[in-house]
Amino acid sequence: MTREPVLTIRDLHLAFGRWGRKSNVLHGISLHVGAGEKVALVGESGSGKSVTARLAMGLLQESRATHATGSIRFDGIEAVKGGPEIARRRGNRVAMIFQDPTSALNPTFKIRGQFREVLRSAEPRLSDAEADRRAEAALAEVSIPDPARALDSYAFQLSGGMNQRVMIAMALANRPELLIADEPGTALDVTVQAQTLKLMGDLAATRGTAVLLISHNLGVVREFADRVYVIYRGRMVEHATTKQLFAAPRHPYTQALLSAIPKISGGGLPDLPERSPDFERPLIVHEGCGEPAEVV
Amino acid sequence: MSEPILELNGLGKTFEADGNRVVALSDVSLTFARGGCHAIVGESGSGKTTLANLVLGLMAPTAGEMRFNSVALPGDRGKGHRRAIQLVQQNPLSALNPRRTIGASVRLPLDVHEIGTSSGRAARVAELLQEVGLEPDYAQRSPRGLSGGQRQRVAIARALACEPELIVLDEPTSALDVLVQARVLKLLERLRVEHGLTYLFITHDLAVVRAIATTVSVFQRGRLVESGPVEALFAAPQADYTRQLIGAVPVVTEEEARLRDAIRAGAPMPAAGPGA
Repeated sequence: MTREPVLTIRDLHLAFGRWGRKSNVLHGISLHVGAGEKVALVGESGSGKSVTARLAMGLLQESRATHATGSIRFDGIEAVKGGPEIARRRGNRVAMIFQDPTSALNPTFKIRGQFREVLRSAEPRLSDAEADRRAEAALAEVSIPDPARALDSYAFQLSGGMNQRVMIAMALANRPELLIADEPGTALDVTVQAQTLKLMGDLAATRGTAVLLISHNLGVVREFADRVYVIYRGRMVEHATTKQLFAAPRHPYTQALLSAIPKISGGGLPDLPERSPDFERPLIVHEGCGEPAEVV
Repeated sequence: MSEPILELNGLGKTFEADGNRVVALSDVSLTFARGGCHAIVGESGSGKTTLANLVLGLMAPTAGEMRFNSVALPGDRGKGHRRAIQLVQQNPLSALNPRRTIGASVRLPLDVHEIGTSSGRAARVAELLQEVGLEPDYAQRSPRGLSGGQRQRVAIARALACEPELIVLDEPTSALDVLVQARVLKLLERLRVEHGLTYLFITHDLAVVRAIATTVSVFQRGRLVESGPVEALFAAPQADYTRQLIGAVPVVTEEEARLRDAIRAGAPMPAAGPGA
């Protein structure tokens, strides 16, 4: 039996620009993430991975300068042409973790007020005391040593790692069905980053949350994801299980990426071009990674 | 062994403000050989950037001393030392003046330090750009029109303009994509060998260290934890903290995973770190 994936993106095209000066950013992106699945979308800067996430979140809307076609379905809600009400309709069922936690938090309010606001977006009548109790529990869950003190802090008083945990706690507080994490912890230390990934992994395992990780770091992807999409300049180039991709990458671009990464086992650096026509070759889908069955 | 280019003896830096004291660096003694690429590794708050600032003379130590070519480095640097010790920063966009052309940015140190004749400097700029793999016509362009990798090449050319002996590289490739990073690292390696440069390579990325460094010094909360040749440190890390750091590196090959797991097994790992 096939369940409809939590998130399904089909043939997504995106262009920015006006008055005939269009620049194409996405050229037909398709991907899906099922309940409890950890999927990664990996690519370099400018590949289109972050705009894909923004479109899926409803943070980027069709406008005179933004032209999107194709389909993004989240639990039966169509996001591409959905208009501004998408954000309201998907409500707290989709959450996003951003790259830089300190700039994602409001610098002029203490964490306490921001956390109450997040909780009240799901339950408007929540009392202060109950909201604070839940916020403290959520902060304790992400291993913040003194939750009460964190609530009374401004973002700038906490370290980057602490802010990241606060962001995660907020994102998870309303138990989302889909979590999109855009380079979480890239600005943080490796040990903090490992903890962030562990938290997200636990969430997928225990609550069946669908997680879409957007990353440029193949090492992080290897540790975290079940399945991987590789995106290059607005096109998917390879789709595989994590095991398949790292054991036997088949697309020239993926192969170049993997060999360009410095290894702790040594071996120096390869002589590789930054760009090559080979990187533009069509999508390679590994066995068992096809499109999900259509659900009517 | 050649005479060391830089020696740190009991170096320390304590910040004090409003009755708060923060010890950023404490009792660091290290010797750096000429011509090496010396990695300084640690997480945020380890003191690695403070160390860089002290070596550059951007701040004065509160304890100990530094010797450069066996001569004590003064707190207030003269032009000679400022020219001999250069910096390449992490973010090349903020390091380059957006209102200056690339050529003007690379030329500035030539003018300041009166290197060459004023008529010869334009040619020298073209030469420096070529040296880092950029066409001479980049001199007319603005940093905004360049990619991250190209900007970092400009920053390297500007540092080279001073004909320095020591370059402090503060996370020079952490903002770059991996394919670009590989090329910039190769460039740095070639320049070091060809010009007999010495690098102080500040980074949090241990895989980059393995690829480019000759020695590594690991810092934790302002203290030197471990120091040695790069092969030795990866073959048999002595300190628990070093093992933890290597154990937390996200790896991409089976060979790396085996090495990392062996290193992990040698030390109690923190609860973090998802299973591979």
